[in-house]
Amino acid sequence: MEYSEIIRKRKREDFIFNVIGIFCTLVGIVTLGALIVDLVMDGFQKLNWQFFTSYPSRFADKAGILSAWVGTLLVMLVTAVTAVPLGVAAGVYLEEYARRNWLTSLIEINIANLAGVPSIVYGLMALGLLVYQLQLGQSILTGGITLAFLILPIVIVSTREALRTIPQGIREAALALGSTNWQVVRHHLLPYATGGILTGVIIALSRAIGETAPLVTIGALTFIAFLPPSPIQSEPPYISFDWIWSPFSVLPIQMFNWVSRPDRDFAVNAAGAGLALITATLSLNAAAIFIRYRMRKKITW
Amino acid sequence: MQHQRIIDKHLEELKEKLLNMGAAVENVLQLAIKSLVQRDVELARKVIETDKLIDDAEIDIDRFCIETLALYQPAAHDLRFVIAAAKITPILERIADHSTSIAEATVRISKAPVMKDYLNIPSAAQKAGEMLKNALQALTSEDAELAREIIKKDKEIDLDYKITFDGLLKQIIENPQITTTAAQLLFVAKHLERIGDYIKDICELTVYMKEAVFIKHHGENKV
Amino acid sequence: MDSFSERETLATEKIKAEVRRLNFYYGSKQALKNINLRFAENKVTAIIGPSGCGKSTLLRCLNRIHDLYPDIRYEGEIILYPSLINIISPKVDPLEMRMRVGMVFQKPTVFPKSIFENVAFGLRLQGEKSKSVIEGKVEKALKMAFLWEEVKDRLHRSAYDLSGGQQQRLCIARVLATRPEILLFDEPTSALDPTATAKIEELIVSLKEKITVIIVTHNMQQAARISDYTAFMYLGELIEFDRTAKIFQNPSEKLTEDYITGNFG
Repeated sequence: MEYSEIIRKRKREDFIFNVIGIFCTLVGIVTLGALIVDLVMDGFQKLNWQFFTSYPSRFADKAGILSAWVGTLLVMLVTAVTAVPLGVAAGVYLEEYARRNWLTSLIEINIANLAGVPSIVYGLMALGLLVYQLQLGQSILTGGITLAFLILPIVIVSTREALRTIPQGIREAALALGSTNWQVVRHHLLPYATGGILTGVIIALSRAIGETAPLVTIGALTFIAFLPPSPIQSEPPYISFDWIWSPFSVLPIQMFNWVSRPDRDFAVNAAGAGLALITATLSLNAAAIFIRYRMRKKITW
Repeated sequence: MQHQRIIDKHLEELKEKLLNMGAAVENVLQLAIKSLVQRDVELARKVIETDKLIDDAEIDIDRFCIETLALYQPAAHDLRFVIAAAKITPILERIADHSTSIAEATVRISKAPVMKDYLNIPSAAQKAGEMLKNALQALTSEDAELAREIIKKDKEIDLDYKITFDGLLKQIIENPQITTTAAQLLFVAKHLERIGDYIKDICELTVYMKEAVFIKHHGENKV
Repeated sequence: MDSFSERETLATEKIKAEVRRLNFYYGSKQALKNINLRFAENKVTAIIGPSGCGKSTLLRCLNRIHDLYPDIRYEGEIILYPSLINIISPKVDPLEMRMRVGMVFQKPTVFPKSIFENVAFGLRLQGEKSKSVIEGKVEKALKMAFLWEEVKDRLHRSAYDLSGGQQQRLCIARVLATRPEILLFDEPTSALDPTATAKIEELIVSLKEKITVIIVTHNMQQAARISDYTAFMYLGELIEFDRTAKIFQNPSEKLTEDYITGNFG
C-alpha cells in the first residue's frame, strides 16, 4: 500500500474521533446553557429589590426570598466556621503528624468513602444525633453542622492535596533549621497551602449551598415569615448568638416549595430563586478559580 | 569576572615557586662564573653547596604540579601553565647542574697555572646570565615576543663557544703547560653553550604556554 | 581502615566531631557499618562514594534529620567537641542539634517568602525579636554567602526571583545566619550549572575560616578541588580516609583507586 493511502486512512480516523468528541462536549455545554437560559427567561423578571426583601407569601407576586437567602447565608456561615477548622486540622494531622500504619489507612479509606455517602444519610444522622440526642433543635446551628459534616471529607481531602503539593525539601529545610513540627505547619505549610485549602473550602461550600435533602430531614421549615434575631445588638454586649437557635429555611427548600405548588406564577418565583442560587454558586466557583490562579502565580514549586 | 577561582591561589603559588627557583638558578650561574674569573675557591664551594637546595626546589615544584593536576583539573591556559612549569623545572635544575660543574672546574684549576685570558667565556657567561634573567621575565609576564627574541640570542652564545674553543686549542698548541687549565675551560665553555640551549627550551615553553604552539625542532623560521 | 594512619593524618588538627563505632539502620536494613571518622575543625571534609554507599546517610546522622522518619535506629556515638555532646544520644534533643549543625540540601529549598524573610526565619526560630539585630545578622549572613551585593536592593522581593545558584547561596546564608558550629552540604551543586557551581565551591572554601564544613558529593573533582580531607565510603563502610591530596594521588586502598579512576564495578 502506498504511504499516502495509509496516511489518508489514519487521518480520516482522526477526523471522525474529532467530530465525536466535539459532539459529546457540546451535549454537556448546550444542556447547561439551555438550562441557564430557560432559568433566566423565566426568573429574570423576578430579580428585583422587592423579591429579595420580601418574605414568602400566599400570593405569588408578593412573595420573596428574604428569609431563604438570609437562612442560606447564616447556615453557610455556621458550616464554614465548623468545617474549616475541623477539616484543616484533620487534614494537617493526617498528612503531617500521623504515622503511616493500618489505623491511618483505615481512617483515610473512611474519609474517602464519607465523601460518597448520599447527603440524605447525613440528614438522618444529624436528626438522630443533633436534634434528638444533643437537643440542638431544628435550628440554624443544626443545619450548619449537618452541612459541615457533609463537606468535611472534601475539606480534609483538599487540605491534604494542598499540603502534598509542597515539596518535602521545604519541610526538611525548615526542620533542619531547628523548627518544631508545629512551627513548620504554622510558618510554612499552612501559608503555602492556603490557596489550595481555600479553593477546596469554597468548592465544598458551593456544593453545600445547593443541598436540600439533609436540611429537610432535620426539619428545616418550608415556609417562614420572620428573620432570626440579629447578631448585632444595640445594647451591650452588642453581639448576640441567639440567631443560631432560630428555625430557618434556605433557598433550595424555598424553591422546592414553590415548584410543588400548582399555581403557575409560583414557578416563576422558583426560577427567580434558582437564578439567585445559581449566581451564588457560580460566584463561589469563580472565586475559587481566581484564588487558584493567584496562588499559581505566587508559588510554583 | 573579577572573582578569585579556587585554582588561582594555587597557580599563583606555583608561579612564585617557579620564580624563586629561577632566581636561585640565576644567582648560582652568576656566582659560578664569578668564582671562575676571580679564582675564588671559597665561592665555588658555596655554589656547589647551593645545588642541593635547587634539587629540593625541583622536587617540591614537581610535587606541586602533580597535586595541581590531581586536585584542580586545570584547563586551557591553566593546563599549559602547569605543564610548562613541570617541564621548565628540570631544565632549571640542569642549568644549576652546569653552573655547579663550572664551580667544580674553578676548584680543579685553582692550583693549575693561570691562563692569560678566558677568551669569550666571560662574554658568553654574561650573555647567558642576561638571557636567563630575561627568559624568566618572559615566563612570568607571559611575553612570547620577548621569548622569541631570547631564542635568537642563543646563536651568539654558540658563536662565543666556537671562538673560545678555537682560541683554547691554539693556546694549548702554543703552550702545552696550560693544557689542564685549558681543558677545564673547554668544559666551562661547553657548559655555557648547553645553558644557552636550555634557556632556549624555557623560552619555547613560554611561547607554548602563551600561544599553545610548539616551536621546538622547527628551526629559525618558525620562531 | 587502619585507625593508626587516621590518627597520624589528623595529628595536627583540632577535632570538631568524632564518629565512633556508628551503625545505622533503616528498619532492619543496616545502612552504616561501624563507621569511625573524625572531622577537623575549620577544614572541609568531603565524603565520596558511589550511590547508595551511605554517604548521605552518614551526613544526615550529624544533624539528626533522620529522626523525622519512622523506623530508624542509631548505634555508637557522634561526639561534638568541645561540648562533648553525643549528637545521636536519645537524651539529646534533635532540635538543638539541628540548630548547632546546619544543613544545605541538594535542591535549593528557598521558602516562598521574601529574600529577607528566608534568612530571618532561622533567627526568629532562635527567639530573636529585635528588628535591628535581625537586620544586622541577615546582612552579615548574606555577605558571608557572597550574595549581599546581588540582593541588597531587593531584600523584600520574593526569593523565587533569584536564579538557581543565587537560591542555593540564599539557603547557605539562611543557615549561616544562625551561626551553626558545623555546616553540612548534601550534594549542594548537583542541580546547578558550572558557573553557579564554581561560585558555591569558592564560597565553601571561604567559609572554612569560620566554620567546619562536611560535604557529600557525587562529583569527585569537586571533592578534590574544595576539600582538605576526603573519606571514601562503599556499601555502608568507610574504606579510606586521608588528606585529599593523598587520596587523589596515591590512595592506599585498591577500592578507592578504582573509584576515583572510574574503574568501578
